[in-house]
Amino acid sequence: MRPPGLKVVNDIGQLNNVSKKKLTQKSFVTNINDYLMEKVFLLLGTFAIFILALIVGFLFREGMDALREVGIGEFLIHQSWYPSSSDPRYGALPFIISSIMVTVGALTLAVPWGIFTAIFIAEIAPKRLKEILKPVVEVFAIFPSVVLGFIALVVLSPMVANVFNLSNGLTAITASIILSVMALPTIISIAEDSLNSVPSDFKEAAYALGATKWEVVKDISLPAAKSGIIAAVMLGFGRAVGETMTVLMAAGNAIDMPIREFLGVTIPDFLTSVRTLTANIAIEGSDVAWGSLHYSALFVVGIILFVITFVVNLIADILINRQRGAMRND
Amino acid sequence: MTNTAILRKKQIKQNIWISISYTFALITVITLCLLFYWILRGGAEVISWSFITQMPQQNMTAGGIWPAIVGTVYVSVLTITISVPLGIGAAIYLNEYAKQGRLVRMIRLAIRNLSGVPSIVYGLFGLGLFAATLGFGRSLLAAALTLSIMVLPWVITGAEEALKSVPRKFREGGLALGATKWQTIRQLVLPPAIPGMATGAILGLARAAGETAPIILTGAAYYLPIIPHDIKEQFMALPYHLYILVTQHSETATVRPIAFGTALVLIALVILLNSFAIMIRNHFRKKNELL
Repeated sequence: MRPPGLKVVNDIGQLNNVSKKKLTQKSFVTNINDYLMEKVFLLLGTFAIFILALIVGFLFREGMDALREVGIGEFLIHQSWYPSSSDPRYGALPFIISSIMVTVGALTLAVPWGIFTAIFIAEIAPKRLKEILKPVVEVFAIFPSVVLGFIALVVLSPMVANVFNLSNGLTAITASIILSVMALPTIISIAEDSLNSVPSDFKEAAYALGATKWEVVKDISLPAAKSGIIAAVMLGFGRAVGETMTVLMAAGNAIDMPIREFLGVTIPDFLTSVRTLTANIAIEGSDVAWGSLHYSALFVVGIILFVITFVVNLIADILINRQRGAMRND
Repeated sequence: MTNTAILRKKQIKQNIWISISYTFALITVITLCLLFYWILRGGAEVISWSFITQMPQQNMTAGGIWPAIVGTVYVSVLTITISVPLGIGAAIYLNEYAKQGRLVRMIRLAIRNLSGVPSIVYGLFGLGLFAATLGFGRSLLAAALTLSIMVLPWVITGAEEALKSVPRKFREGGLALGATKWQTIRQLVLPPAIPGMATGAILGLARAAGETAPIILTGAAYYLPIIPHDIKEQFMALPYHLYILVTQHSETATVRPIAFGTALVLIALVILLNSFAIMIRNHFRKKNELL
């Protein structure tokens, strides 16, 4: 073990490798270099804007054929998707409804789960327990989605089939359960961040007035962190609606409308096999003929998906900024 | 009601809610343990040296997963090779050159939006641009280009954090000595930021290795028991291999153990990469606290 003082010297010592002569050397070449590098970095810096524009432009370019021939109306309201029949139909409504169903189902589980876990980590757990729980949440986030899909397929779907007495356990609810696990780390970490960003004088003032720990959480921390927590839910929604592999493997992928009649009312049927927007692209995209109308139609499905996630993420973004701004003003 | 009764009621209410929070946190931990338990239980029986190093045989019902491991390593290394220079460049611009203003706000908005785009949409984009329009076909190159765009937001964010942790005095010292901006960045700012950038790069690598949806569309092969020799060839990859073993194979029950083995190798690889990145980050943090 080196004494810490020596380490500081060594680390600062890395600066000794910098020669003053080389650092301050001036010539026509170094000046040109300086100028060029600035332009190069400007180019690289704006690359993200360029890529985003390219993605949007490209989705529309490739989707244009289908948009022109089929029309966006059919995609959004028609109920059947038969791209390879002699009278092809491109109704993406079942996929849109399935995507929303599976995502809402997932959030119904993940929101209370995630928020209570975040409250526990941020407000209740003693420091030692916190140090254990934080990495646990991080490990959730690195699970490849295909592995979770695999677990859903081999472990979860037989359980679901058993519980609900179904012949096939690959249903919307199976996908919702496994998706809630995927959305969980996003919700926990952002909710925890916003709980932590609540100034401690708020809480201390409440304690001084005789509030219990839970009253402080409920009446001080949660309301103050509200927009951050809503943002966490929105980001969880964005993540879940765009998730492909888990739903592809867990939801069964039938192309019918996932609805049934219940006491004369049409309700979404969570115990049936569904195909989401993402799953449809993954299934049909790998062997579609390039340049065909079907290929173009898949890009329209991609546009629908992009628009949904874009709007949801934008709202989350605005909310996170509002939370930051509010805490700063206080 | 007396004062003590109110207090007792408060206490009970508090205990209930805290128990609920505790339960949910416990469920989180149990879920994680269960996930590991299922994969380990299924994977432990097939995992062996020959499983890792052999070619798949008899239409994947026997043999190992070697080409899938190699394919995953190839595609993720290629991804990082493409995305790291771009990401570091963007981070240098944002952190060193850019003045706060509309352009920077737009860049940051674009980066955040890119990180929210669903992976399958990147797949479609890669299929359309790299595979079809630019004529790379479904290949290692098309897949790596697609993945590198996908991980770019993470690489940029990681590199920016590394640059931010370099003390201001380094830059001020360089400029005060009369060095040009680029000389200062190149010789004073970048060297101490490299470990932090490496962390970001490895996290991006892990992400690319575990990703499936984009490579389904852009280049992963169903069954290809050879090692790819050229970036224009298709390749096998661990996540895609797992996917087809479970859902596309004609004898899913026979190959189930192999699927578990593949899942175990994939999760082990991803965790290894992440721990490595965290180790570098922690080492780096300690060092910087001293600066």
